Amino acid sequence: MSGQPLLVVEGLKKHFPVRRGFLFERTRDWVRAVDDVSFEIHEGETLGLVGESGSGKSTTGYCAIRLLEATAGRIFFEGKDITRLRGESLRRMRREMQIVFQDPYASLNPRMTVGDIVAEPLIVHSIGTRKSRAATVRELLNIVGFDPSYVNRYPHEFSGGQRQRIGIARALAVNPRLIVCDEPVSALDVSIQAQILNLLKDLQRDFGLSYLFIAHDLAVVRTMSDRIAVMNKGKIVETGPAAEVYTDPKDDYTKALLAAVPVPDPRRMRERKRKRHELRHALAEPV
Amino acid sequence: MALLEVRDLQTHFFTREGVVRAVDGVSFSVETGKTLGIVGESGCGKSVTALSIMGLIPQPPARIVNGTIVFDGRDLTKLSNRQLEDVRGRQIAMIFQDPMTSLNPTLTIGTQLTETIRRHLGLARDEARRRAVELLEEVHIPNARQRLDDYPHRFSGGMRQRVMIAIALSCNPRLLIADEPTTALDVTVQAGILDLLDELRAEHEMAMILITHDMGVIAEATDDVAVMYAGQIVEHAPVEEVFYRPEHPYTEALLGALPQLEDEGVRERRLTAIPGRPPDLIDPPQACRFAPRCPHAGLGDTCTTEPPELREIRPGHWVRSAHPASERSPQTQEVGAT
Repeated sequence: MSGQPLLVVEGLKKHFPVRRGFLFERTRDWVRAVDDVSFEIHEGETLGLVGESGSGKSTTGYCAIRLLEATAGRIFFEGKDITRLRGESLRRMRREMQIVFQDPYASLNPRMTVGDIVAEPLIVHSIGTRKSRAATVRELLNIVGFDPSYVNRYPHEFSGGQRQRIGIARALAVNPRLIVCDEPVSALDVSIQAQILNLLKDLQRDFGLSYLFIAHDLAVVRTMSDRIAVMNKGKIVETGPAAEVYTDPKDDYTKALLAAVPVPDPRRMRERKRKRHELRHALAEPV
Repeated sequence: MALLEVRDLQTHFFTREGVVRAVDGVSFSVETGKTLGIVGESGCGKSVTALSIMGLIPQPPARIVNGTIVFDGRDLTKLSNRQLEDVRGRQIAMIFQDPMTSLNPTLTIGTQLTETIRRHLGLARDEARRRAVELLEEVHIPNARQRLDDYPHRFSGGMRQRVMIAIALSCNPRLLIADEPTTALDVTVQAGILDLLDELRAEHEMAMILITHDMGVIAEATDDVAVMYAGQIVEHAPVEEVFYRPEHPYTEALLGALPQLEDEGVRERRLTAIPGRPPDLIDPPQACRFAPRCPHAGLGDTCTTEPPELREIRPGHWVRSAHPASERSPQTQEVGAT
């Protein structure tokens, strides 16, 4: 990777207020969901953001594409500071950055047809005419492997994997450069998961997309990412090329996380279990 | 004789759309001191199998239409509800996927623990309390005595699952059924729970059935594995056999579809996806249920005309397929998953 990064996030913080009290709610405390996070993503690259629940990885993803307002920090897209963009200029920027959500059951409007769901971003961004949009929608559905003859059906008629294809078509509609994939396969069965991961890889190759790939499954992140950032308690504790982070982790949390993953190989598993127990003793000591 | 022997179990759901054959001819046995893993994707019937053993299937719409579940010499399908209640908890205990919802949020942990102990073992109040503290210590909950008076919301997900395990263990069951016990938990917490289950199974000389969709969990925690697909067991063998010498095309495909944690070059490779999706269990394929997705089901063979039987292809290794890996001609034989 060379040249200017596509996305740069610098010193990102996102604090959520904790309100307590009856009638007169007051902010008693702040949850530091994201606490001083910096990273960059190059054109055509995938940065995997991995961590356990509550580590702040999804919040980081939302802030990076301005779906959430950051408490502090700066975000650059192609060198341009987009942290404070508003109104029309923010809307134009959104064409460059899209998102695929975790739950294909909750992220598609049940009252809209498949065709309307995929066409919506085109309408919002005034792309094409009514007629050309219909053709674009069919093409998009074709690209993601969803039978375009079902455009007039509703999401509930489809399985999780098919719905996730609809969600991906919607994200692709405005021809973005960067897609945040927020746990895109964690609600899917293994055999379907492989289909969707392959699709995301194909789309990246064909359209030169960049991904911020957020997931808790370390094996999934490994197959998708060029570089990996490990998050724990709102901070990135380790970042580097995927192979390096996985084979030679430097941070204690990364080590513990990797050691805890069960691998589908009974003999290797026995060895890992032994290592894990050693590591637990080592980690337990300084407390 | 095996502790639990399930023979030809069929549990069907009678719905308005038709009869859903959720479990359709499942047989297996579990021995004391061993862990049987049941693995499969959602809707394959693994949880309904467990609930059938426990007598906890929702009736109606579901009903056990055929088969026997013999536990310690008694057929559970023939017992009355009252008799079954004594087996449940006392002899067979079960823990569920979601430790957030399986505890009552309005009662303290202590109340919920002692309730079970007093119901099944008939202990006095303070005796039951003493036993409850012991149990919490056994599942490694720190400050057990104080934590007894806490409500469930004060516990993390992993700690709640430990409490559920303590409740399950309270009456010294001889069989523990764990249905996706770590699916809702983070990996670092999962590792601790799996270690705990293994430790307890050995100490209490229990048999265990571990139900999961995760091949990694299977590799880590089981002795024998039953792979389920569309309401049937398609492969059943010792754990190393399943991983290193898989016979059924579905098992092979499932292993091939897994992203690998440690291998080189995974970033460039595509995964081996299984085309299509599992069949509708109201109207499943007439013969082999995997045939429509199977790369080995050819024209003119028996895959679409004759339902394959579960047969013993090697001692202890059972498979339900007309094209198990070791019987394929060399040129069509695929390299098994690592």
